[in-house]
Amino acid sequence: MIRLVFAVLAGGLFGAGLLVSGMTDTRKVQGWLDLFGNWDPTLAFVMGGAIVPMAAAWLLSKGRTPSLGGTFPAAAPTVFDRPFVMGSVLFGVGWGLAGLCPGPALASLSFGGTSGLVFFAALVAGFAVAPPVRRTLDGPAKAA
Amino acid sequence: MHMDWIYGLLGGLMIGCAGAVFLLVNGRVMGASGIAGSLVDGSAGKAKGERLAFVIGLIAVPAVIVLLRGGASTYATTNLAVLVAAGLCVGVGTRLANGCTSGHGVCGISRLSMRGIVATLIYIGAGGVTVAILRMMGAL
Repeated sequence: MIRLVFAVLAGGLFGAGLLVSGMTDTRKVQGWLDLFGNWDPTLAFVMGGAIVPMAAAWLLSKGRTPSLGGTFPAAAPTVFDRPFVMGSVLFGVGWGLAGLCPGPALASLSFGGTSGLVFFAALVAGFAVAPPVRRTLDGPAKAA
Repeated sequence: MHMDWIYGLLGGLMIGCAGAVFLLVNGRVMGASGIAGSLVDGSAGKAKGERLAFVIGLIAVPAVIVLLRGGASTYATTNLAVLVAAGLCVGVGTRLANGCTSGHGVCGISRLSMRGIVATLIYIGAGGVTVAILRMMGAL
């Protein structure tokens, strides 16, 4: 139960942070990506601000275990395979098209109107079809 | 407009603290696409309850703030084809890449993960090219 309480708190603080930082405003996100237009540097401050406490948390996690038990997640092996590269490109294209990524899409679900709901439905569909797409991409690579 | 960076920094610190709590207390990486995606494709396993709770907080807290203070909008496009294409790309892409702006960006870069750094460079590059094309087409 206590795990769920802290999960709600973390999710809520994440959502509030996305709202306060302006990252639920697609104009600011597309503005960050708009190097040849009206460039908006806000996202760099958000990313910088988020990385500092997170880096401290990773340092604190060394030689310890999580407060509520279990183990800290190990770093994924440093592999740059086809799904990783193609996935990152696809994500970037979608991010640029609408100015939404998964966190802000969820944080803005209550006030994003029809546009937000349509994006969210497509996002969920994308999540659902990703495993078979991965198997297709992995198939020929492993056979080769 | 000139104060935006202060709110960006403040909101960023809140996001980083959220990730720190989820890591140090629950022992989990705060990646939005992994959390939400694993609930959709059924791969969440034992983490299912915590991830669902995280998503509930993520949706509900901004909802309450906006209810009390009002005035928030995403200013997203109303072009349905663009929204569907974008949502599909982000959904499939982040799951194939195993991370998005929060997972690879915030949580990956902060532990100096090469995958996090490379993924972030790739998706910012692809996003930049996409926005440049939108601008050339007069869609921005």
